[in-house]
Amino acid sequence: MAFNIYDFTTLTHNIHVGLAESFSPFVATTIEWVIVGVVYLLFIAVFGLFLVYAERKVCAAFQQRLGPMRVGPWGLLQTIADFIKLLMKELIMPRKADYFLYNLAPYLVIIASFLAISVLPFAPGLQSMDFDIGVFYLTAVSSVGVIGILLAGWSSNNKYSLIGAMRSGAQILSYELSVSLSLMTMVVFAGTMQFSAIVEGQRDAWFIFSGHVPAIIAFVVFLVAGTAETNRGPFDLAEAESELVAGFHTEYSGIKFAMFFLAEYINLFIISAVAATVFLGGWMPLHFGNLESFNHVMDFIPPFIWFFGKVLFVIFIIMWFKWTFPRLRVDQILTLEWKYLLPINLVNILLMALVVLTKFHF
Amino acid sequence: MTNEELKAYLTERFPEAEIKTGPQYVEMTVVNSSLLETANQLKTEKETSFDYLFCLTGVDYPQNMGIIYHLESLEHRHTMVLKVKTADRVNPAVDTVSSVWVTAKYHEREVYDLLGVRFNNHTDLRRVFLDDDWGHPLRKDYVDEVRIVER
Amino acid sequence: MSEIKEVIINNDRLATDEYLVNMGPQHPSTHGVLRLLVKLEGEKVLNVQPHSGYIHSGIEKMCEAISYPQIIHLTDRMDYLSAHMNNEAVALCVEKALQVEVPDRVKYIRTIMDELSRLASHQLWWCVFGMDLGALTTFFYGLRDRELILDIFEETCGARMTVSYNTPGGLMADIHPNFQKRVKDYLKYFKTKLPEYDKLLSGNVILKERTEGIGYLTKEDAIEYGVTGPSGRASGFSCDVRKHVPYSAYPFVKFNEILDHRCDTYARYEVRIKEMYESISIIEQLIDNIPAGDYAVKMKGVLKLPEGEFYQRVESARGEFGVFIVSDGKKNPYRLKFRSPGFSNLFALNKMATGHKIADLVAIMSTLDLIIPDIDR
Repeated sequence: MAFNIYDFTTLTHNIHVGLAESFSPFVATTIEWVIVGVVYLLFIAVFGLFLVYAERKVCAAFQQRLGPMRVGPWGLLQTIADFIKLLMKELIMPRKADYFLYNLAPYLVIIASFLAISVLPFAPGLQSMDFDIGVFYLTAVSSVGVIGILLAGWSSNNKYSLIGAMRSGAQILSYELSVSLSLMTMVVFAGTMQFSAIVEGQRDAWFIFSGHVPAIIAFVVFLVAGTAETNRGPFDLAEAESELVAGFHTEYSGIKFAMFFLAEYINLFIISAVAATVFLGGWMPLHFGNLESFNHVMDFIPPFIWFFGKVLFVIFIIMWFKWTFPRLRVDQILTLEWKYLLPINLVNILLMALVVLTKFHF
Repeated sequence: MTNEELKAYLTERFPEAEIKTGPQYVEMTVVNSSLLETANQLKTEKETSFDYLFCLTGVDYPQNMGIIYHLESLEHRHTMVLKVKTADRVNPAVDTVSSVWVTAKYHEREVYDLLGVRFNNHTDLRRVFLDDDWGHPLRKDYVDEVRIVER
Repeated sequence: MSEIKEVIINNDRLATDEYLVNMGPQHPSTHGVLRLLVKLEGEKVLNVQPHSGYIHSGIEKMCEAISYPQIIHLTDRMDYLSAHMNNEAVALCVEKALQVEVPDRVKYIRTIMDELSRLASHQLWWCVFGMDLGALTTFFYGLRDRELILDIFEETCGARMTVSYNTPGGLMADIHPNFQKRVKDYLKYFKTKLPEYDKLLSGNVILKERTEGIGYLTKEDAIEYGVTGPSGRASGFSCDVRKHVPYSAYPFVKFNEILDHRCDTYARYEVRIKEMYESISIIEQLIDNIPAGDYAVKMKGVLKLPEGEFYQRVESARGEFGVFIVSDGKKNPYRLKFRSPGFSNLFALNKMATGHKIADLVAIMSTLDLIIPDIDR
């Protein structure tokens, strides 16, 4: 058992014990909720802004330009300036929009993202909810967001929004299958649905290595389906700038638009984080079977560095997709899912089951 | 066919039409009543086979309104100009040739828009560029005191 | 109100599942102020009705009040990406009417400029086509190379897009001393960059899936609708004016008319890419052989065309561009008509897009390479 110097379990435990000693259980729990909520909000705000900046820089690199350079050194403050601009913008609502649903939609979208982020283990002990059905919970709540998108499209009273929302609905519902099934493949391999246990199971080798062929297939399928589920290029039909102006969020402005925008990047983070956790070992350092000294050196790199390193790697791949490929058409996107990804997935689960049964893995 | 051959052929084929050689092309003027038939013959007959209408426009001549069709044959690579004129300036109307060359349908809409020449039997005679209540600006009697400054 | 009326005229009535969407006049894919009234059933396009006129500037009417050298400056503003070809059409038409023979030097320079414009126009088309399909990176690749051509224009003509370099009887000014060297350097550079275009977009599976078999326009339809230029040639319609009615220095050079018989969106894409190679070859044949001589013929101060009707066809980047001048012997034309390629090409859109998806409509419109001021004039 490799020892880990960056374990947050004791820290969170001590906070909990300290609070429980000084307050009644009800107040203590409430304070914990608030702390957790604030931490997640801060994290999402900061990381979301960073992702926007990263995307602009990555896309600029692909397009042979520099990207934002004027606000702050290397344009680091650009996204903050943009965000302030979005906050101060006037909120415009179409006259015949459905008032209640129109205003509800952005919250639904962002709440779905928040719910999903809560089960991700950032580092040992840094996880707000450790369900034993974590994977199941994640697939369940991540599909709530599509309701928000559908509502946004419908309530805007705009045909472009409606087309975008319907596309998004069809697309997310279909790709939900592939995401779940490729995760299910890995659940079969890990033998658990609990995220902390899945990470723990990768102590000796990450699943993508130990699960070899079926795990790699599942990883690729997950990346494709995950990109589609976050409505990012080349699957950004719901927004499809050249066809539908801005798709489902055409009529949104100011902070409500910012919420959709932020939710898109949080979803990008979630998909990458899940990929990193389930396939690439989460916060677990890179270990090779019996190279003791190597493994020991790797242990000294903090787990959250490992985690974010892997997440950023996956995010980079997904951004790479977006800035290279043309967009698919709506029928092609459904064909890809139902005729290719789904059968591949089903066969892959069988393959994985065989691998597990015959113990043909590392 | 060269211009001379074409002129000779057309003179023989369409004796009632008025044919002359312009600076570039052979120009044939027909009356409105025989326009559609002539157009059809020019397109379908093997000797001429003018299958490509590359320009259709109207001119407000001093005495009459003229519609000018520039035709090319892709097979023979010869070119000619077909003209039809109408003396009626109040309600000018000629037959449409959109049944012969589809592209005429849209160019005729433009001519209708800018010159006010109506095309009989046109299936979709709407204005292309301007509002419905605008005049027909390419006519010589068009006056717009608000928008056009005379020097 | 007018929409409702149009629907009644053209489609009788809307069925329950059908709806109308106005694409434009402000829409990212129409590249300007064009309005398409699209009748849809779900994502399927049932009917497309183009409505133009939002940027109608009455150039033909204006031309009736100004002199021939002045008209040239208006033609820049129509198809601003083939400004040079438009200029040349008017200049050639006036020269033809006055029976002026320009020196060979003028012909060579005009042709080189034509082909440079064509390259720049096709580059811009390529990057915008990628963007319409959702591949945003192409935009910067195309513009990167186009900027350098515009720099060459700027040095010689003093303007980047609205060049107005031609004048009846020749050119406004002689070429810049650096011109030949810069053009040659550019061709050397661009020959290494053009394969990048293929790498980034041409062989892409998604692009092929998106474009092959989409927007079918048969040769017969192309001729009927008068669809010219690369769009027409992709349908096998041999309509290259440079080949069939050669003007300027085109009789002196060897080049192929790119024809494709696949008739779909991908064919139109490929024809343009191949035309860029042809343009490079044409420029290479001419650039070292520009004859010495005057850059313009001495013309009278006031040009008066003889009475008569004159027509000049040139091949612009989008198709056949024509100038029709009716002269009554005065210093300004009695009637002047521009046959713009975009106008004819636009109206074939309904034929091509019906039955496809919205995304295909955007792709098809993009391969027609429409420039809205060229349609509206």
